[in-house]
Amino acid sequence: MDQQQLLTTIQDQLKSKVGEGFVSAEQAFDFPVFTVKKDHLIETLRFLKEDPELNFHFLTTLCTIHFPENKGQEFCVMYQLHNMMKNYRIRVKVFMATNDAHVPTATTLYPTANWMERQEYDFFGIIFTGHPNLKRILNMDEMNYFPMRKEYAVEDGSREDKDDTMFGR
Amino acid sequence: MSKSKHKIPTTEVVTAEKSIDKPAEKEYSTLNLGPTHPATHGIFQNILKMDGEIIMEAEPTVGYIHRAFEKIAEHKPYNQITPLTDRLNYCSSPINNMGWHMTVEKLIGATIPKRAEYLRVIIMELARISDHIVCNTVIAVDTGAMTGFLYMFQWRELIYEIFESICGARLTTNIGRIGGLERDFSPVTWAKIDKFLTEFPTALKEFDNLVTRNRIFMDRTVKCGPVSAEMALSYGFTGPNLRAAGVDYDVRIANPYSSYQDFDFKIPVGTGGDVFDRYMVRHEEMWESLSIIRQAIKNLPDGAFHGEVPSFYLPPKEDVYNNMEALIYHFKIVMGEMDVPKGEVYHSVEGGNGELGFYLVSDGGRTPYRLHFRRPCFIYYQAYPEIIKGGMLSDAILTMSSMNVIAGELDA
Repeated sequence: MDQQQLLTTIQDQLKSKVGEGFVSAEQAFDFPVFTVKKDHLIETLRFLKEDPELNFHFLTTLCTIHFPENKGQEFCVMYQLHNMMKNYRIRVKVFMATNDAHVPTATTLYPTANWMERQEYDFFGIIFTGHPNLKRILNMDEMNYFPMRKEYAVEDGSREDKDDTMFGR
Repeated sequence: MSKSKHKIPTTEVVTAEKSIDKPAEKEYSTLNLGPTHPATHGIFQNILKMDGEIIMEAEPTVGYIHRAFEKIAEHKPYNQITPLTDRLNYCSSPINNMGWHMTVEKLIGATIPKRAEYLRVIIMELARISDHIVCNTVIAVDTGAMTGFLYMFQWRELIYEIFESICGARLTTNIGRIGGLERDFSPVTWAKIDKFLTEFPTALKEFDNLVTRNRIFMDRTVKCGPVSAEMALSYGFTGPNLRAAGVDYDVRIANPYSSYQDFDFKIPVGTGGDVFDRYMVRHEEMWESLSIIRQAIKNLPDGAFHGEVPSFYLPPKEDVYNNMEALIYHFKIVMGEMDVPKGEVYHSVEGGNGELGFYLVSDGGRTPYRLHFRRPCFIYYQAYPEIIKGGMLSDAILTMSSMNVIAGELDA
């Protein structure tokens, strides 16, 4: 199956499996990308993992992207799946609003999601409901904000010796 | 001969009087291993719950050298992100550098000449050998064999001299550029590579003789810290640790980059996923890397050492002084004002310890909108408590060094 076929096959199957939970499908370079609604995420991942033909048994990585301009859908969580035997690689995305940054945990399907989800909680404040041990991982426990969100500058705002107007955004 | 009057009681069991009452409930001791323990080779903390010498539970703490690379990367132009990647897995920085260059090249659609790709392969395989030298000799150190470590490090030193002759730096290399390499290999570089290729195999063979079939080493490592293939896959293992468990997944084969499809090499796999298998997989990979380097030199094509990507690749200095267009490009690159297309791209390379991935989201601005590093050892280190549970403390130390967990990559 080449990538175009993979895209259309999964698109058709997801439409029949999760119905209105399916949002869109597109090709981004060498990856088919599927967007589903948050409530249908686990259903989608379970189908992709357990389907004998697709069998996405390996969670390569997951990460969050913050789009503050995208009102109502500020956060995107991206899951990158891999079927090593057939070398299929896809991405699944869910979008959510800042005031509703909850997403069901994928640790029930992929134990490796444990630390990845802790990392996303640590940096973006995404709450992975049902996670066995959701606490900060790389930052100190006392930190009271989520530093990778776009509203936090890379430098300490109180410093006057570092003027970034000409460099960086 | 008269018999002794006193009979010596040899079989009588003497029971001591109880001086301390046994506690009603079993008590465990807590051992704080790390963060700066000499046996863990890096900043790793594990709070262990011990039943004597047996580990009942382990709670790792990570993040001691977190440097916010993903955040910093959102504020740096593309060519200034390469030095950040150096500091991920600093035992094989060139692989990280090349992985990042190839990610950007994929996004901007640059084509790289074959010669540059082959030279990159030589650099990456040298880096892989140096990474595996560190890991395997440290396994030997943790089993009590210091000699191999000190002896093999002179070859790592020679590899660093090769890097130094290419890019001027040894450990944090910042080697190569987006679009190719900064310069072609000099005669000095070729001479050093030649020296390495003739002398290193003898040393590796000697190390092999010294360690691999050594009774003490085998007793210590076989069946120590085993990982099954199912467990390895469910915990996201990649690289030598996954292959030691018996899964033949290698990014160089699965999704070839930088012309790896042109080379003929084997993927060594283990069966038990224990310390010995991880050691053996790395050991065999060093021989395969040597073979790849030899093939790359033998079939090295002629041509340029960089592609035609003027908006990313710095022009030669004489053009900057004599040519308006080159001057403009030079200025734009140095100021970090490159034209980058919009899009999201993922590229992965086979790093020293697993699949190192770069997920880059660009909104067309001068810096990445979001850059996520898939750091292999961050992902597989979470299986560590489960692997060492029920084993001895000394085995836990050995398991950690055999997993090749690099603090810089773990904490980003």
